[in-house]
Amino acid sequence: MTVAIDRATGKRRGDRAPRPGLGQRIRNGYQKYWYAYAMIAPVVVVLAVIVGYPLIRGVYLTLTDANSLNSARTIGVNHIAATYKFIGLGNYKDILFGPLSYDRFWSHFLWTVVWTAACVTLHYTIGLGLALMLNEKVRGRTFYRVLLVLPWAVPTFVTVFSWRIMLSDSGVINQILHALHMPQPQWLEDTFWQRFAAIMVNTWCGVPFMMLSLLGGLQSIDSSLYEAAEMDGANAWQRFRHVTLPGLRSVSSTVVLLGIIWTFNQFAIIFLLFGPTSAPDAQILVTWAYYLGFGQQPRDFAQSAAYGVLLLSIVTVFTSFYFRWLKRNDQLAV
Amino acid sequence: MSTTTLEKTEAAPAPAGAVPRRTRGRGERGPLGTALLHGGLAVASLIALAPVAWLIFLSLGPEKDDYLHPGKILGKLSFSNYSFVLQHTGFFDWFKSTMIVAGGTTLIGVFVAATTGYAVSRMRFPGYKQLMWVLLLTQAFPIAILIVPMYEIFSQLDLIDTYWALIVINCTTAVPYSAWLLKGYFDTIPFEIDEAGRVDGLSPFGTFFRLILPLARPGLAVAAFYNFITAVGEVAFATTFMLDDSKYTFAVGLQTFVSEHDAQWNYMAATAVLIAIPVSVFFYLVQKNLVTGLTAGGTKG
Repeated sequence: MTVAIDRATGKRRGDRAPRPGLGQRIRNGYQKYWYAYAMIAPVVVVLAVIVGYPLIRGVYLTLTDANSLNSARTIGVNHIAATYKFIGLGNYKDILFGPLSYDRFWSHFLWTVVWTAACVTLHYTIGLGLALMLNEKVRGRTFYRVLLVLPWAVPTFVTVFSWRIMLSDSGVINQILHALHMPQPQWLEDTFWQRFAAIMVNTWCGVPFMMLSLLGGLQSIDSSLYEAAEMDGANAWQRFRHVTLPGLRSVSSTVVLLGIIWTFNQFAIIFLLFGPTSAPDAQILVTWAYYLGFGQQPRDFAQSAAYGVLLLSIVTVFTSFYFRWLKRNDQLAV
Repeated sequence: MSTTTLEKTEAAPAPAGAVPRRTRGRGERGPLGTALLHGGLAVASLIALAPVAWLIFLSLGPEKDDYLHPGKILGKLSFSNYSFVLQHTGFFDWFKSTMIVAGGTTLIGVFVAATTGYAVSRMRFPGYKQLMWVLLLTQAFPIAILIVPMYEIFSQLDLIDTYWALIVINCTTAVPYSAWLLKGYFDTIPFEIDEAGRVDGLSPFGTFFRLILPLARPGLAVAAFYNFITAVGEVAFATTFMLDDSKYTFAVGLQTFVSEHDAQWNYMAATAVLIAIPVSVFFYLVQKNLVTGLTAGGTKG
């Protein structure tokens, strides 16, 4: 039973024993795979049922004109069968090139890109800065760490409401600005300031994760590398540039990718900060798709799902380019 | 990693010949550096703390417009909001729902993620690569694409308005990341331990349950924490799928204080504080393991 532990290197096994016969290999393989498949089965089944099947169903919906008026539904004891019909790629054409395409898709698309870029940049730079500070030997750093992780520990929807109170017209932030004789923007009404506020709140919520991950990465860098660099006369900046950053590469490339995906699909913050129906110009694609499907009457299931498909394709294309770029730079972590 | 870094370091322009300026060793810092460090960390902690602290402060003001005049709250601090929330709202119903959903997600999610993480950490089987890709890709799934068809499917199965619906949905978002995280953690546990267990006659399942799981406790704690906060913080599905207000989770219940026309910020603040407490306690219990767990998960993939 030398099963299961071979790790992709595989060299040791090859060196150790002569290659077994075909029958033996199949039997070994069966045992090995049997355990592996038994262990991943729950995830595969759940993902297939809860993600795979709805995905196919969702893609089919995008090719129809389904909405809440013609979908199957039950009113009291009467069951009404679905009456929506197949319309091909009409929804996509309408969303991407229709007369309202700029207002409804492209403007949200641009804002989503800006939102993602701004948030992830801020998450990463602030997170890295704090991680570097926490990695120094400084008195009370456990205490600081607990405080700094707090935004992550409190559920997002709680803190978003807290921000909403603080940012409201005569909330504490504007009161402070008033006391300082500075302009008091309408954080939750004016489009520009809505977007500004959304980025600010999301940054506040997202930094702790980055900080902790990067702190973990920093702690795993071999300290002898720093000593070697110092022996070579490298100053602090050079040590950061040539030891710290390369050492963080693998963890950075992972957390940045996750950060981009999560921010791109960030639902709760914008949804809760502005309420479900207001602030049409501050909605990113995800919340806008939700609005189409569940926030208006009649609910437009087909277009909402079509937005979903578009979002997923954007993320997939982006991810594969990202991986190609990582591979070319030899920074692949996953 | 180390090889490239070393090359880089050697390639770094060393001022050959010139007498190197005496650089302070690591760990030594001037008083200015220390002051800056404490200043920076203190400011950051303050910013991290402020919204929560403000919420606690506002929750003590009895009138719903008190947030407009925070100065006046000091004179009339009271716990009346708390007693109102506890006695006259669905707080305990929401609490029960949230705990069922979050607890269920944590238990099922961590267990499933652990077996998966172990399988992908220790075994190479056909379909391994595809599985890793799918796990990564599910992170990328926008809720928008799933929520409509899921709503249809769950209503056909009569699962709308049940805890199971939310538990299963939360698992699909939390498990893939937890599996990645745990894979990284399991990778740091020496394979010799598995081999030793195998030699002593344990099956792979036995090895997993008796040897690896106990060793992986910090990683499991992080995964549990992640599952828990994901489930507690889930907004979109909970808002859409839970119709009966006695089954609202906190994320939905809290929204009921703020309607288009009327915002009861004082009650909302009190409820928010009451919600934050159990989560923070849970957080405090696992936080020691948090950095260790993330370290393994983060650096190894």
